[in-house]
Formats: sequence, structure tokens, C-alpha cells
Amino acid sequence: MMRDRLIFAGQLLFTLLVAAFLIVPAALSMLAGVTANYFRGISSGFTLQWIVQVWDLYADTIGRSFLIAGATLVVTLFIGIPAAYALHVRGGRMARAIEEIITLPLAIPGLAIALALLLTYNGFSDFRRSWLFILAGHVVFTLPFMVRSVMAIFSAIDVKTLDESASSLGASPLRRFLDVIVPNARPGILAGSLMVVTLSLGEFNLTWMLHTPLTKTLPVGLADSYASMRLEVASAYTLVFFVMIIPLLIAMQMFASWGEAGGARK
Amino acid sequence: MSGKDGHQNGHHGVAVRIAGCGKTFGDGTRALEPVSLDIARGETVVLLGPSGCGKTTLLRMVAGLETPDADGRIFFNDADVTAVPIEQRNVGMVFQSYALFPNMNVAENIAYGLKFRGASAPERKARVAELVTLTGIEGLEHRRIDQLSGGQRQRVALARAVAVRPSVLLLDEPLTALDAALRERLRGELNRLLRTLGVTAIYVTHDQAEAMALGDRIVVMRKGAIAQVGAPRDIYFAPASRFVAEFVGAANILEGVSVAGALTLRGGTLAIGKTGVEGPAVAMVRPESIVIVAADGASLTGEVASISFVGDRQRLSISGAAERPIMVDVPNTLMVKAGDQVGLSVDPSAIRLLPKGEA
Amino acid sequence: MRLKTFVWLCLLPLTLVVLAFFVLPMVRLMLVGGSGPQGLAAYATILTEPRYRATLINTVVLAAATTIVSLVVATIAGLFLQRTRFPGRSVLVAMLTFPLAFPGVVVGFMIILLAGRQGLIGDLTLRVFGDKLVFAYTIQGLFLGYLYFSIPRVILTIMAAVEKLDPSLEEAARALGAGPWAVHRDVILPALGPAFVASGAIAFATAMGAFGTAFTLATNIDVLPMLIYTEFTLSANIAIAAALSVGLGLVAWAVLALARSFGGGSVAAAG
Repeated sequence: MMRDRLIFAGQLLFTLLVAAFLIVPAALSMLAGVTANYFRGISSGFTLQWIVQVWDLYADTIGRSFLIAGATLVVTLFIGIPAAYALHVRGGRMARAIEEIITLPLAIPGLAIALALLLTYNGFSDFRRSWLFILAGHVVFTLPFMVRSVMAIFSAIDVKTLDESASSLGASPLRRFLDVIVPNARPGILAGSLMVVTLSLGEFNLTWMLHTPLTKTLPVGLADSYASMRLEVASAYTLVFFVMIIPLLIAMQMFASWGEAGGARK
Repeated sequence: MSGKDGHQNGHHGVAVRIAGCGKTFGDGTRALEPVSLDIARGETVVLLGPSGCGKTTLLRMVAGLETPDADGRIFFNDADVTAVPIEQRNVGMVFQSYALFPNMNVAENIAYGLKFRGASAPERKARVAELVTLTGIEGLEHRRIDQLSGGQRQRVALARAVAVRPSVLLLDEPLTALDAALRERLRGELNRLLRTLGVTAIYVTHDQAEAMALGDRIVVMRKGAIAQVGAPRDIYFAPASRFVAEFVGAANILEGVSVAGALTLRGGTLAIGKTGVEGPAVAMVRPESIVIVAADGASLTGEVASISFVGDRQRLSISGAAERPIMVDVPNTLMVKAGDQVGLSVDPSAIRLLPKGEA
Repeated sequence: MRLKTFVWLCLLPLTLVVLAFFVLPMVRLMLVGGSGPQGLAAYATILTEPRYRATLINTVVLAAATTIVSLVVATIAGLFLQRTRFPGRSVLVAMLTFPLAFPGVVVGFMIILLAGRQGLIGDLTLRVFGDKLVFAYTIQGLFLGYLYFSIPRVILTIMAAVEKLDPSLEEAARALGAGPWAVHRDVILPALGPAFVASGAIAFATAMGAFGTAFTLATNIDVLPMLIYTEFTLSANIAIAAALSVGLGLVAWAVLALARSFGGGSVAAAG
């Protein structure tokens, strides 16, 4: 019994240490973002001056990140949902091969993909210099998540049977797709969307290589600030990032547990 | 606590005494009311009951996987083992899902428990060979678990549990996962094995045929309590309650008024031969104990409502004799058809009176 | 419109986008890799050229060390968290998995806050030992950074696998006399084997390709992604950079294919 208690305490301590390793710097950075002077700590008082400074310097990056994330979402929705439907319906070796190919960007380091894009499109200078170039990279990277999420919901709701019953009532493929298939796939679409937006907002490896001084995103700005700004400003900037990301993470967590409960109810 | 002591009449293992053991789980579920039971050394006791009756909980308490509430005690011979963890109780446990280790082959599975008893490699090898012969799985020693059929896995699980010479063998529905034909065949083998080993055994099942075939004594359980304890014959012919009567076999429950040694029913009277019982009474009689006779002159009559030809017999449903249809088993050659008026005759010794007013 | 036509139409936009922005560029990358002065031999330089080989070894060792330490840490913490219940447990789990969404740059910043010149560890060691310990910009700091983004991933996978363990196997081992250590050695760890391989492969591939963390922390540290970056942007050795990228991509892909054969599902390689 005593030995069990010791083992429990030991494991708890270990886990707490690991958690501390992960959380303490994050907490520190959030604190530093609103502290007047990091060196003197909280005693120097709270201030929003750093956040204001971040806004002055980097407001465009924040806006651009949202823009790109939103655009990535729209594009992946439009090309991903129909494709997921097609892959699910067709099945077979070709579908599996296509799935493999679109999942490759997850295996290949972002750096390599970025290099490949640069080599191919350097000649199209208008495209290469606009935020659309970054959008292209983000779409390639987030597409598999959307497609897989939607395909998963298709399996779960047995979309083939729904499709067949709608067709027996006379609906054309397009109408079936719009009236029956997409509305019933909402949970998968929502889960995929959350994933795409979160990944796009935080993407760095690809974006760093693809960006120009005029097309910076938030993570790119972060790298900038870590190298050149004082700690408080860098922390405030990181704090802004956290504030953007945390609601999305919580939404995904809640969604995952609803999804499980809902699935079980079926 | 080895099982090698005292070969009296080929009985091995320990005597198990369960004293006042109940179990309430953390979430408030009352799985078992305090029960007491004495199991003799070498005896095979079957815990029989529907799911949720507490039989598996009781088995796990004897194993040491659950601890009884408050004042419950478990004794192996005269030693109090209530606080002894399962690793040290020297029990042999066969799980419903067999729980064979997929990362070891058959021989390694069987030998596993021997490692903790200080057996040397040659000793382990010899013991494994013994058990492989005993359970009839020669040739499978080096197979991986996922290459075995259900019946083979069951035998390996048994061999593994027996290899350590346990003080008591605990079997949790070992045949439930198998299909019907295999189950019957293995039931016979299991019976032979238990007789050969002669070790104390506690067997959990919800199948009354299994219980009857394997048990020296049967403990019928219901809703966390013991409904009746007895030898198979006693349980079958002299059930203590309606629940037990219906659980161990088909039973006709007849409610009527007992007057001067006869039970008055809707379709007549039934001689029950038990004078001194007057007033409303509940009698039980098994379908195979009722004989179909000519309706004229019979004290109890009814009409054949339906006939089921089962193969080795026919089961008739007789309406009008009692409030509810009476089931009667007759030879498969009896010529009878629906609508016939028949008489029912029963030997009074085959009729059992049950306590009234409980389900 | 017939169903078949509709299905093809549904697939068209995706096919165009993926061809234009992934397949074509990757092919071009492979071609460029073999187009430099050394031709296809450029692909072999990753092994023959001493500087590149040293970088490769550095990267592999770092990734391997990250994988092993992450697995050990995640197994201890994961078994504990999945099997015990205590107040505050779900908060602890959330804290351990929250860093999953951090891009590599942010992880680098976290390490700077911990072990940089104004870092927490430096502060503490100054007060206790009188000597400020700064190691964020060394290989130890990078290792810590790699651990930072690996541990949350691996813990999640391990915890999911622990949940699926069959308790009757452990009970059977205990019934046969196995103490807690034997049960772990003979039943639990072997059962977690596939999860170890799957999450280990993902951790390894992610660490191999991690750029953001190294970028933020590294001034002098030699890992493959940084080498590719400097070859491309500073030295304009495009062919070499391309060849190294293809090599890196192949290694990462091969390791992840291994993960999938053990049912690893997929988590993005981002770091």
C-alpha cells in the first residue's frame, strides 16, 4: 500500500514536471507581454503598451494571416468537399492513390515544398509576389485534413445509401449533392474547417520561404520579432497569437467529444 | 500454499470459505449482497445465474481481483486471504476471453506462471509437455496465439491456469465465446479434466445445462444474492423458489387452491398428496413429468392448443387446464393433434410446492 | 448529367490544384536537384561530402534522441494519466497537449524564455549557483525545443493506445503471479509496441524536417533543414538545396509510411 502511494506520487511529480516544462514558458510569455519590464517582473506593473506597439508594427501581419486562413478555408471547402465525395463514391485503387498523393505534403517537410514552389513559379513574378502564392502553399498543406475529415463523416453517415434513396426519388447528381450530401456532412465539414484554419494561422515552414516583405503573416512576423524586438514586444506578439489560437483549440476539443458522443448515439 | 498437500480420495487444492462477502462499487452499484458459502476441497461448484446476478463479482473476489466490503472474509483452508493480493494467492484463472498473451507462443504462455515459482527451464519444459498432453494440444507449442482456433485457445488458457498447480481453479464462463456444437464437446472434455485434476474449482456460467453437467453443487444466484445451493438433482427436482425452478429448466407454475391433498385448477384437480396444506398454493411440475391420458375419467383435462415437433420429442401446449397454458413433453411418436381434448396425469412425487408471492 | 460525369467533375478542381501546386513543383525540384554542375551525383553528396554528412548525422542523432526521450516520457506520463483519476487530471492533460498547435518558431521562443540569456533557468542558476546557465542556442537547447513539440504528439497517441489495452491480459498475468514490474514488461509494453513504432516514426520524421525551431534558435547549429535554407538563400546553391530537400523528403516519407503500416493514422509533420 505504502509502495503504491509512493509510486503514485512519483508518477504525479514526473508528469507535473513535464507539464511545467511545457506550460511555464508559455505562461511566462503571456505575462511578459503585459508586464512593463520583464526584468523586474510583475512589480513593475501591468501595461498594454507592448500590445499597442505590436499592433502598430504588425497589424498587417495579423490581418493577412486571417485573410489567408479564410481564403484557404474557402478554397479547401470548394475543392475538398466535392473531391471527398468523388473519392468516397468511386473507391478502389485510384481513389486510394489520389488519397496518398494529397497526403504526401504532410510527410514532406514544408521547406522542401516551398523550395519546389519557388523553383516552379519564380518566373510568374506577379503571382509569386502576392499573398496568393502563400495561399497556394497553405491549400496544398491543409487539403488532406479537409478531405479526410469529410470522407470520415461520409462513412459514418453511410452517404451511399442516402445518395441512392435520393436518386430513386428523381434527384440529379448535382441536386443530391447540394440538398442531401453536403448538409448531412456538416459535422465533418466543421471539424475539417477548424483544423484548416488552425493549421493555416500557425503555418511557418512553408510561409517563411514563400513570403516577401510585403506578404508577411503572423508567424513570419513572430520570427522577426524574436530576432529583433525586445522580449516584452515579442511576448506580447506571442500573446496575440495565443489569443487567436486557443479558442480554436478549445472548439476542436469540444467538437471531438461531441462527435464521439453523437457517433455513439447512432 | 501449494496444491500438492493431501491426496485424500484424489482431492486437491484448498477448501474455500466465503464469509459475509458483499460488494458495492465506487459508483454506487450494489453488485453483491453479503453471501456466505463453504466449498470443500476438490469440489466443483458452479455459480449459475442471469447476467448481473453477482456471480462474476463473487468469483473475482475469491481470485483477489476485487475486495469484499467491510467485514467480508475469504479463507483458503484456515488462512484468511482477504488481504492477500492475487499475485500471491496461487489461483488458476481462466477468463471468458482467454486473455492469452499475444507476444508469446503457446508454450511460453503455459510456462509463464512457472517463472514466478522458481521453476528452472528444464522443469518448465517438462511441465508444459505434461499439460499439452493433458489438454490435447500436441503440436501447437510453437504457434502464435492468433493462429489458434477458439477451441484451441480455450485449451491453452486452461493449460496455463493449471500449470502452476493452483489451490483453486476459477473459470469465468470459459465456454461462452464458442459456438454451440464446440461448446458441448468441450464441456465434456472440461468435465473429464476437472475430475482428473480433482482440484477445487469454481465455475461461473449462465447456461443451466453446463451447470448441471459440471457441478458437484450448484449455487443459483439472483440480483446479488444466493437463491439456492444444492446438488444438480436437488436444484432441478426440488427448487426452492419460482425463479430457481424456471431458471434451471422449463417449468409449469400452477396456481390454485389446495384442498385435502388436491390442487383445484380451472380444468379439474391435481392430486399433490400433501395433506396439511390448505388454501391458495403454487405448484411446479416439469413438462416431462406430465403424462397424456384419455380425457374421460381424468381428474384434470384440457385442450391441445399447439404442438411443437422438436425432433426427439414433442412439446404440447395445453390450454384450459390452468390459468396459463401447460407445457407437456410427449414422445415423438404420440399421435395427437391441435384441438384434441386430453387428460393430464402426474405422479404426486413429481410435484413441488413453491413459496407463494415471489417472482 | 450522369453520375459518372458528375463524379469526375467533382474531382477536377482538386486534381488541377494538386497538379499545379504540388506534383509539378515536386517533379521540378527533383529535376533541379540533378541539374547542377555535378548532375545526378548531387544526390549522393549528402553522403559523400564531409560537411553534409556531418549535418546529416547531426540531424539523425538529434531526431533519434528526441524520439527515444519523447517515447519514454510520454509512456510514463501517458500510462499514469490514462489509468488514474484525480481532481485536476483533465487540466493536466490539456496542459500537456496544448503545445500541439505551436508552430516551430513559437517553440523556439519558449526555449529562449527557458534557457536564453534572460531565461528562467539562467535566472535560477544565477541565484543558486552564482553562475548563469544559458544553453538555448546550443544543441542542448535545440534538443529541448524538439522535445517541446514532440512530447504532446506522442503523449496523445500513447494515451489513446493505453485506453485500448485489454485489462484481462494484465489480470491473467497477475493471477499467474506476476508482480507490477513483470506485468509491465511482459504484457503492457509489448501491447503498446505498435503505438511506439507509429508515434516514434512520426516524432522522428517531424524532428528530421523541423525548420521553425532551428531557425529561431540556431545561429551555429547544423541540422539538415537549416543547411538547405542556407544553401538556397545565402549560397544560391540551388541544385544542392533541391537535392538535399528531395533526400530529406524521401527519408521523412519512408519513415511515415512505416508508421502507417502499424496503423499510425496521421499527424502533420510540422515543427
